[in-house]
Amino acid sequence: MTGPILVALLGHWRRNPLQLFTLLAGLALGTALWSGVQAINAEARASYDAAEATLGEGLFPQIVAGDGGSIPLATYVALRRAGWNVSPVIEGNLGPVRVVGVDPLTAPKGIGPVAVEGADLGAFLTGAGQIFAREEVLATLPDTGAALVITPAAAPNTALMDIGLADRLLGRQGRIDRLIVAQIQPSTRRPLAEVAPGLVQSAPQGDSNVARLTESFHLNLTAFGLLAFVVGLFIVHGAIGLAFEQRRPMVRTLRALGVPLGRLILLMALELAVLGLSAGLVGVALGYVVAAALLPDVAATLGGLYGADISGELTLRASWWLSGLAIALGGTGVAAAGSLLSLSRMPLLASAQPRAWVMARQGAGLAVLSLGLLVLSGGLAVWGHGLMVGFAMLGTLLVGGALALPPLLTLVLRLAEGRARDPVAQWFWADTRQQVPALSLALMALLLAMTANVGVSTMVSSFRLTFTGFLDQRLASELYVSARDAEQAAAIVAVAEPRTNAVLPILSVEAQVAGHPVEIYGARDHATYRDNWQLLRAAPGVWDALARGEGVLVNEQLYRRAGRDLGTAVRVAPGLDLPVLGIFGDYGNPVGQVIVNEAVFARQFPDVRALRFGLRLDPAAVDALRQTLRDQAGVADSAMVDQAAIKALSLSVFDRTFTVTTALNILTLAVAGFAMLMSLLTLAAMRLPQVAPVWALGLPRTRLAALDLLRAVVLAALTGALALPLGLGLAWALLAVVNVEAFGWRLPLYLFPMEYLRLGALALLAAVLAALWPAWRLSRMPPAQLLGVFRHER
Amino acid sequence: MLLSLRDVTKTYPGAEVSVLQRISLDLESGEMLALTGESGSGKSTLLHLMGGLDTADRGVVALDGVDLTPLDDKGRAALRRGTVGVVFQQFNLIPSLTVGANIAFQARLAGRHDPDRVQRLAQRLGLGDHLAKYPEQLSGGQQQRVAIARTLAPQPRLVLADEPTGNLDEATADTVFALMCELVAETGAGLILVTHSERLATRLGRRLHLRAGQLT
Repeated sequence: MTGPILVALLGHWRRNPLQLFTLLAGLALGTALWSGVQAINAEARASYDAAEATLGEGLFPQIVAGDGGSIPLATYVALRRAGWNVSPVIEGNLGPVRVVGVDPLTAPKGIGPVAVEGADLGAFLTGAGQIFAREEVLATLPDTGAALVITPAAAPNTALMDIGLADRLLGRQGRIDRLIVAQIQPSTRRPLAEVAPGLVQSAPQGDSNVARLTESFHLNLTAFGLLAFVVGLFIVHGAIGLAFEQRRPMVRTLRALGVPLGRLILLMALELAVLGLSAGLVGVALGYVVAAALLPDVAATLGGLYGADISGELTLRASWWLSGLAIALGGTGVAAAGSLLSLSRMPLLASAQPRAWVMARQGAGLAVLSLGLLVLSGGLAVWGHGLMVGFAMLGTLLVGGALALPPLLTLVLRLAEGRARDPVAQWFWADTRQQVPALSLALMALLLAMTANVGVSTMVSSFRLTFTGFLDQRLASELYVSARDAEQAAAIVAVAEPRTNAVLPILSVEAQVAGHPVEIYGARDHATYRDNWQLLRAAPGVWDALARGEGVLVNEQLYRRAGRDLGTAVRVAPGLDLPVLGIFGDYGNPVGQVIVNEAVFARQFPDVRALRFGLRLDPAAVDALRQTLRDQAGVADSAMVDQAAIKALSLSVFDRTFTVTTALNILTLAVAGFAMLMSLLTLAAMRLPQVAPVWALGLPRTRLAALDLLRAVVLAALTGALALPLGLGLAWALLAVVNVEAFGWRLPLYLFPMEYLRLGALALLAAVLAALWPAWRLSRMPPAQLLGVFRHER
Repeated sequence: MLLSLRDVTKTYPGAEVSVLQRISLDLESGEMLALTGESGSGKSTLLHLMGGLDTADRGVVALDGVDLTPLDDKGRAALRRGTVGVVFQQFNLIPSLTVGANIAFQARLAGRHDPDRVQRLAQRLGLGDHLAKYPEQLSGGQQQRVAIARTLAPQPRLVLADEPTGNLDEATADTVFALMCELVAETGAGLILVTHSERLATRLGRRLHLRAGQLT
């Protein structure tokens, strides 16, 4: 029995190839964007994990010098003798490559060459040594005499070697950067403070700093991918819904002929599963292409913004393409669930006619549902707390907005119809209104695409504006210099003081406030801070009070996470509680920050010496000072960064970010445009009975075609008009709710009218392109086809 | 002469036999003609050629002395707007417009909209209470009356009716037919009625029969 049923079911697709193409293409495009974004995220995460494994961050506790400097070899030896099971690490840059030196004999399992399969420990330790890195990294290394071992699993832009070799290459003369603390330690070991008083131990971080820093970026990419997938699902839902409606008479006949309903539903589900898998395969392949095209820009963005090293090459991971297929299959299931459910409930003698009237009646229900969702979204925005509530708010806002589109369009078109005086105009508005139910899914897809565009571009542009303003505040000094040790720091001050307006030491120490990890900074009272720093909130006379040591400034993260509002006390050190005088924006920083006066800092942390300095001078004199610092204080070029270079780098990073978001914007709009094209093509055949009488009454085909084009523009424009407030709502939710809940800082929302106009023009163009082919076909339609509507045999 | 056909021939693409072969006929203003024939004999095709809805392969179709053959799409559309009125068997009302807007539609396209005339026609055809409704809210007989009112509102010179009562029961068909003939007669327009019904055909002044694409 199954064979004949399948022949009957599949015959539908044979007779409606356009519908089949719509279904497959919609799913494939949605899957492509989703899996493309996932591939990028997976590649980035793999890079973070590789870096973590190589460097030991996040897995093991670390011991570092309390003043941020290096650890003498003697201190390491003393610790080992005192029973500490620690392993030394040297890090530094050799040209553009990050060099990491480890000691494989003492390193815990899972770090460095201990983790590299096939590593020859003897060769690693002896003779000229070995260097492990990716092929492209090895190619950039100067000739060191060591054997080069291609290691694809190594962290990007990182070369791993024996600590002795690293010490020689970096010229460290036995000084160590940090010590990795093994998980198992002898209980008889002496306390750290007793053996090495200047060292501090930090707990494993769980996630690496880079992973946490970049989480916001990946979250946004994921949100974009998900939205694109949802847009694709709208197409699939429309195609499946139409196919099911058109097959209702056949289903009734098959059931009347004795086919059990269960068997029928099972076979239809199976048919969809095969289609879903086929489209999924194409989608995953397309996703790979999308990811490969975007990955270099994403890698550059993450590298520039957060210093994260991401491989620019894509790896085909089984988990990735399997999850791509799974989401394609799941999406098909979601899109088909309603149709299958309706089929399972269809009485044997139900009307075989497509249930247009039922769909019309559902319109009123949708309006009520949409209103309910929008009210719920508003309620969550006002009273809700937590990240999940933030996402629920976003979801209800988007779904509610999409569902509101058909009733709102109907209302506006009815108003236009009422005001029209010309008969053609009157018919145009009335006919457009009548087409809304059939086009609603495609228009909702367009709405979501435009909303995502408005929302994400507003967010990214707001971020850019805020971040560049923030850089202007924070990077007020013309030159930033880092010292190797206290001795070089003193040399820098000696060289710089007579040649600059001010030498501002950057003092910092890690601590905890109310259980939250924070960095405490000591700031000198100087016009640089007073003139440039703009505080989000501040007590009167904030800078004078700070200069007198009567309070602290905290960053927004600490204010939100630990509830440290103006006037509340912050425990800077045991026995020293100071009130909050001001709150400053600190975008992109995952941890809390406290700023105290330099004198207060010196009293509380007398061992901490400044190793970084901000130098104020005439911008024209920056190059000369760099040269002097190089010659007289031995400061390496890589330890000096001028303000202009950082800002230029930041802006170039944002430009790469824009490249990524613009590409995703255009791809999402293209998917929505495709949805419109498919809907219009399907509709073109179905609405001949509406067009033919108007043609017969004297409207030429060319005019009817022009009106069809105009209709697409009008509908896209009205959809865009709704997408704008919805997109701004989305941006607000991302900036003011999700960002705050996820990362602890809030970004101000800026408006970009020119950007919205450009987007609107792009959407109208997409709509015109989608309507062009159906309109052209109508203008060239043979009269015989239109006359077919009037034939008795119809 | 209102309508004149000379040696009109029409063959559909792919068909071996012409659907119309060398048809010639004349119709005066105010004249009413019944066109009968079997299914597939070419009645509707002939009607479509007369109304400028389709073009003949050979021969001349002239309306009010104007040859339709060389007219382009726009020219024929203008002719349909201003000179010809067609009543279809399937009514072919515009579902998105109200009954009142449907009746006035063609007259407004032709630039001859007269609200009083629309009201009078609606009253005469028993549609006065239904002007604000949509076509789908009316019965078949009511919908056909709307189609007749729409055709007559712009006062066309030629009315072409293609099985206008084919979808109606006998009693309703008689009422609708009588009303249509009465109203056409009042305007002085010519009428060509395509029908299967011998009963209705005999009620018109002149009758032609079409068989295998030829008039008999």
